[in-house]
Amino acid sequence: MGWKPQIITETGLQFFGRISSSISHELKNVLAIVNENAGLLEDLTLMADRGQPIDPARLKKMAEAVKKQIGRADEILKNMNLFAHSSDEAVADVDLHQTIELVRALTARFAAMRSVTVDLQLPTSSLKIRTAPFFLINLLCLCLDFSMTASGDEKRVELVVAETENSVQIQFQRLAGLTEELLESFPSNREKNLLTVLAADLKTEHGDDAMVLRLSKNIYTEISR
Amino acid sequence: MSAKVLLVDDEKDFLDIMVERMRARGMDVSTATSAHDALELVKTEPYDAVIMDFLMPEMDGFSALKMVKESQPDLSVILLTANVTEEKRIEAIKLGALDVLEKPADLTILTQKIEEARALNDK
Repeated sequence: MGWKPQIITETGLQFFGRISSSISHELKNVLAIVNENAGLLEDLTLMADRGQPIDPARLKKMAEAVKKQIGRADEILKNMNLFAHSSDEAVADVDLHQTIELVRALTARFAAMRSVTVDLQLPTSSLKIRTAPFFLINLLCLCLDFSMTASGDEKRVELVVAETENSVQIQFQRLAGLTEELLESFPSNREKNLLTVLAADLKTEHGDDAMVLRLSKNIYTEISR
Repeated sequence: MSAKVLLVDDEKDFLDIMVERMRARGMDVSTATSAHDALELVKTEPYDAVIMDFLMPEMDGFSALKMVKESQPDLSVILLTANVTEEKRIEAIKLGALDVLEKPADLTILTQKIEEARALNDK
């Protein structure tokens, strides 16, 4: 066996924990804003009790603020739901566009913390591959997280997706801060195990300012070769 | 005299509503959306308290807290965060934070903490 199930289980659990923690943080931020709007409504009601009229425009603004946060929470929960369902089946047909968009959304907080912008260049046509969805999301998030670190002062990462006959290539570009030192710790055993499970390979070369992840279109075909 | 407070958070919507509520309570509130901006402001303005988000872009709450305390040792810092573990809370207190409050926070409790900070300043 080329990979260690224990490590992959540990990696998966750590990843699930990290994403869940980030989602809970985002949702608490949403609740904090909704809570303050409710508090302001209470303040205005108390003032009204003392005879100070409530400005309808102020109430409208508060309603809009709450609606905005509900929309934000809804988006977070939709992504959380997609992420949770990625472990429904060990291997499934995966829409790569949707998965990469999901990965960007799941790592948005990590990007924001480092002031990094993530741009996507996806093919116009739909791109489906047969793979292990949960582990694919895990590997893509790890690669994107590393790319954010390797983006250096430019603070911009570009993901370019291209299709070949048997594979799909995801290039993590504009890694202006990619150094030999950074590449000493990446890919680690964690990423290497995920690469083995996904029958994928990762090319990282200092001087290229890019990293290329090659994914098989069908991991069963790749493993049986 | 009203309490002079610096509120630091990268969530602009949160800052806006907090400022409105705190000003309605008579506080003199300034804001910053990054720890770097906050560090500049505390060097020039005499605040009674700084209320700071724990997780902000570029600089985490511990680093920001350490830098504020190095620059203004007597300035009271209240950390406000979405999630905090007990270990982090203890570490923040050891580093000199007046308290660590969890979001969504109760403004009454936050106001009490600001008054506590003012009382410490008056000593």
